[in-house]
Amino acid sequence: MKDSAGPIPVVTAADGVELRAVGMTYGRGREAREVVADCSFRIERGRFTVMIGPSGAGKSTLIRLIAGFERPTRGALTIDGRPISKPGPDRQVVFQETALFPWMTTLDNVRYGPSARGELTPANKARADELIDRVGLSGFRARYPSQLSGGMKRRAELARALVNDPAIMILDEPFRGLDAMTKRLMLEYYARLSQESGRTNFFVTTDVDEALFLADRLLVMTHIPTRVRAVIEVDLPRPRRFADLTGDDRVNEIKMRVLSLLHEEVMKSFASGSRAAADFIDAFRRRLSPPPPVTGP
Amino acid sequence: MSAGASALAAPSERRQPGRRLATRLRELAFTRSRRRALTSYVVFIAVWQLGATSQQWLGHALPVLSALPPPTAVLTTWGHLVLDSGYWHSWLASLVRVAGGFAAAVVVGVPFGLTMAMSRGFRGLAFPVFELLRPVPPLAWVPAAIIFWPTQELSIDFVIFLGAFYTIVLNVLGGAETMDPRLVQVARSMGASRWNIFRRLVFRAVLPSILVGMDVSIGITWEVVVAAEMISGGGASGSSSGGGLGFFIWSSYVGGSYPQIVVGMISIGLAGYLSSAALRRLANRFLPWLEARS
Repeated sequence: MKDSAGPIPVVTAADGVELRAVGMTYGRGREAREVVADCSFRIERGRFTVMIGPSGAGKSTLIRLIAGFERPTRGALTIDGRPISKPGPDRQVVFQETALFPWMTTLDNVRYGPSARGELTPANKARADELIDRVGLSGFRARYPSQLSGGMKRRAELARALVNDPAIMILDEPFRGLDAMTKRLMLEYYARLSQESGRTNFFVTTDVDEALFLADRLLVMTHIPTRVRAVIEVDLPRPRRFADLTGDDRVNEIKMRVLSLLHEEVMKSFASGSRAAADFIDAFRRRLSPPPPVTGP
Repeated sequence: MSAGASALAAPSERRQPGRRLATRLRELAFTRSRRRALTSYVVFIAVWQLGATSQQWLGHALPVLSALPPPTAVLTTWGHLVLDSGYWHSWLASLVRVAGGFAAAVVVGVPFGLTMAMSRGFRGLAFPVFELLRPVPPLAWVPAAIIFWPTQELSIDFVIFLGAFYTIVLNVLGGAETMDPRLVQVARSMGASRWNIFRRLVFRAVLPSILVGMDVSIGITWEVVVAAEMISGGGASGSSSGGGLGFFIWSSYVGGSYPQIVVGMISIGLAGYLSSAALRRLANRFLPWLEARS
């Protein structure tokens, strides 16, 4: 910031996660399915980036690429200038549904990362304890995941990821499947948590309200094969509250824009789907109907 | 079921603490499922007794049932056998064989299955032969086993081993396949080594399947040991006392002591039931996270 000459803050190219012309195709030949096409964007350090797009558009594929579980077919991914080639503790993923280790208690789940790296020092133990307290699971240290409620599982999972002090938290629709009330509480809770820590967040969702509540920066994605359709700066003050989001003009303006973009993309996916269906029905009907009678001259 | 019953009993317990034991006993004997079980046993034994003695009270013998020795005769014979060390030697001989063959199947089968689960290459090499040999019933191996192995004892152990081995391996593989791949991804992103992932995740995920495989296969080993003892003549000692429960049944048949055949059959059933129960008990101790579900 101190070097910035104009109103636009200067961000060095090496900062955060950067995707350059990334493409991902599964399968080969006739089976090939292009899921990500020529996708470029940056997840800026210290900001909350939310990716929103139609479901089934390849968002989870992008997450697997950034996490390093898979390698892209084309293009390059870097984190702070270094190429991403495999998973690492600097990038922690929280998945759609619970991925806690069922045979470990809350405490052992949260301690797993440091313990697996051989770093279960007194400092890290204290850090795990502190995180468990902060996510409100102090009374549930010795419980197994099957004994926790849906919201508790999500919080335990957040603690298990945060204990590794990742440079970036990657969240793939983490609060999907929770009831509306719990989801709202979790969102407010997580927004506060990440605002305090100033951590980089990459959050994937299909829910516009969720996106607007969390985002500093919103990436609106296209229908499959996915690319960035639009980047929207969400310049709303923090801390935000759901109640404040409903009547605000600025919020509604952004929301309408996002919704119209998403609507276009969803219609594209429906159109391609219904085209295929129409072709199929047409072909089927032609096969069923008897051939026209041959009439002699 | 039992939770509901104790909840109903709770107020009366509080009022009359002295009658707690009586309440517990009543619960034990008079829950609906227990009453049904008891009725089922009584009817079974009554039909057996009446059928087996039909010649005496009906005047003519009923088909099939009258060929059975009546439960009273079986009990009397059992009463005599309990005091006979030869009967207990049969128990011991079969038990030692089952334990040996089963232990070998666990020791070989679990690492074999886990290695196949962890390494695609090893699986590609080992699984086709495994699948080729698996359909051969263990008992079809008896003559070959007698030729292969230096002692008859070892050949019986080997056949028992086969009976348990396939089931254990298949369960280990099945357990590994149903494991959530995201758990491994989480561990990898936290910097866990392959060995740590195996020890703390894959092995734990497969453990319930290993124990199910052991539970199923110990039942199979009792089937196999009986048949193997019948076919091979009951081991090297050759005497009727050292031949195991399978040989005990066979020699009872040859000697024409029909109540003794039934005693042998019940003994085998009992042995299978007890070993399964013991194994399940052990299993629950190793799977606290499944027990904890409430």
